[in-house]
Amino acid sequence: MSRKHHLGPLNVLMHIALAVWALLIIVPLVWTFLASVKSEDEIFSDAWSLPATLRWDNFARAWEQAHIGQYMLNSVIVVFFGVLGTMLLGSMAAYVLARYPFRGNRAIYLLFVSGLAFPIYLALTPLFFVVQNMGTIPVIGPYIGLNTHAGLILVYIAYSMPFTVFFLAAFFRTLPTAVAEAALVDGASHTRIFFQIMLPMARPGIVSITIFNVLGQWNQYQKPLVLLQDRDKWVLTQGIADISTAAGYDQDWSALFAALTLAILPMLIVYTIFQRQIQSGLTAGALK
Amino acid sequence: MRRRLFIFSFLVAPVTLYLVYVIAPYAQAFYIAMTNWRGVNAAPQFIGLENFGRLLGDGVFWKAVGHNALLLALLPVITIALALVFAYLLNVGGAGGRTGVWGSKFYRVLFFFPQVLAVTIVAVLFQQVFRPDDSGMLNAPLMALGLKPVGFLSNPSIALWSVMAVLIWQAVGFYVVLFSAGLASIPREMFEAAQIDGAGRMSMFFRVTLPLLRDTVQVAWVYLGIIAMDAFAIVWVMTDQHGGPDRSTTVMAAEIYRNAFQYFQFGYASALGVVMFFFVLGFAVLSLRLSRRERIEF
Repeated sequence: MSRKHHLGPLNVLMHIALAVWALLIIVPLVWTFLASVKSEDEIFSDAWSLPATLRWDNFARAWEQAHIGQYMLNSVIVVFFGVLGTMLLGSMAAYVLARYPFRGNRAIYLLFVSGLAFPIYLALTPLFFVVQNMGTIPVIGPYIGLNTHAGLILVYIAYSMPFTVFFLAAFFRTLPTAVAEAALVDGASHTRIFFQIMLPMARPGIVSITIFNVLGQWNQYQKPLVLLQDRDKWVLTQGIADISTAAGYDQDWSALFAALTLAILPMLIVYTIFQRQIQSGLTAGALK
Repeated sequence: MRRRLFIFSFLVAPVTLYLVYVIAPYAQAFYIAMTNWRGVNAAPQFIGLENFGRLLGDGVFWKAVGHNALLLALLPVITIALALVFAYLLNVGGAGGRTGVWGSKFYRVLFFFPQVLAVTIVAVLFQQVFRPDDSGMLNAPLMALGLKPVGFLSNPSIALWSVMAVLIWQAVGFYVVLFSAGLASIPREMFEAAQIDGAGRMSMFFRVTLPLLRDTVQVAWVYLGIIAMDAFAIVWVMTDQHGGPDRSTTVMAAEIYRNAFQYFQFGYASALGVVMFFFVLGFAVLSLRLSRRERIEF
């Protein structure tokens, strides 16, 4: 029975469907990688030709003249501190809301979670002015106003709160209480219990939601578009979008493909290594 | 006392940040929507519901709403259908119905990859794939065969379909993994019992797999609905003139952004945002209500 299935037309069809979808993903990526080492003439004369010589200088131009190196560094800085702050503040809030009943607990929790339902587009205009006003605060203002990385980081942290708190609060509720209670009896402070006992116990949840936030913040486009106008402050998504829209006919197309490759390859490498964790991190929220 | 201080000290920073950057802007947006605020230096004046009256007659905005509605109607259905079929093949579609087909691990890893890429990068990538001349990845072979090139992004009656195709391209893998996890939680005996009863692969899919995955499919529906009502980054970056040609691909989010940060009509843009908010809220409430009713049947 199963033998016959194995050779039946349905089986062939199944394999074709899977192979076609696989090609739909692979071909555009390979085509982009290929174009990144072609000359301008080769790109425009025949989209499918192989490069005569490998032009690695496309990458040098993308890195230097199109500032991909600078944008990537900016992205790394913003996402590193953004996720660090998100995880620290998010796990603290989630822990207290999950484990410490007090008057107003439920209200604060709902306030955080309600953020999941709002489309960001409603808040864009006021957010722009909130950040602008932050810039007028004495002393720290210049560091957290418009066109600052710290300002964007604070915004990222705030907008990552709803999902982080929602997910981690659910996670903290599932952890056993015995260890924490014993430590409390032994005179450990609440803060110490959190950092030395509960946080390590929550590690699987922390890892998932960290991955979720890293990718979420790395891929942000809308918020930096509004909050960062200075080119040298731009993050990678802004930089890539700009190369393709700005220049028009005198565009450096081979550098564009090199820039795309520079943006895609690191993700491909990281994903290949951590694909299991990334898949579970991104789908974790949906499975709760 | 120590406990209270602890609670306060852990909540003060996250709550303050959240109130300042998230809650305050959302609250202000509803007020700004009732002003005629234009330009960065102008002062907003209260004009009641005038913006909402104006948007009723705004053809471009309703065009955008229509595009979001079309995406909402088709994107979740197509993505879920493809992902379900793939997940089924990759998990229980193999010989005997107990394992995935050959190569399923590779397919699962590959299909998910587009999800990891930034939407902006996907948008620029497909802008090149869809180029209208023989430098385009798709049009080059068409033209080599002597066919006329397709204006994937330049033909107003095709462009929105190109947008949808890219959204599907990026989303399917995520739901394959999601449904695979759902399938893995179904006890193997279910499939074995069905097989002993003589169920073929088709009836197994429709009578065993699908009903048991209902909850996961509903989650997928809500997620994809939210993607369909957004679609900003793809439209803004990939299409001509940010939602063109001739506004044929524009969406609500793009019009809000355009009105706010290109025309500097902050009041009007906020009014559009309020309308979008109610559309999204309506969708969320509706899908939750529908899912609750179905769950009782289950």
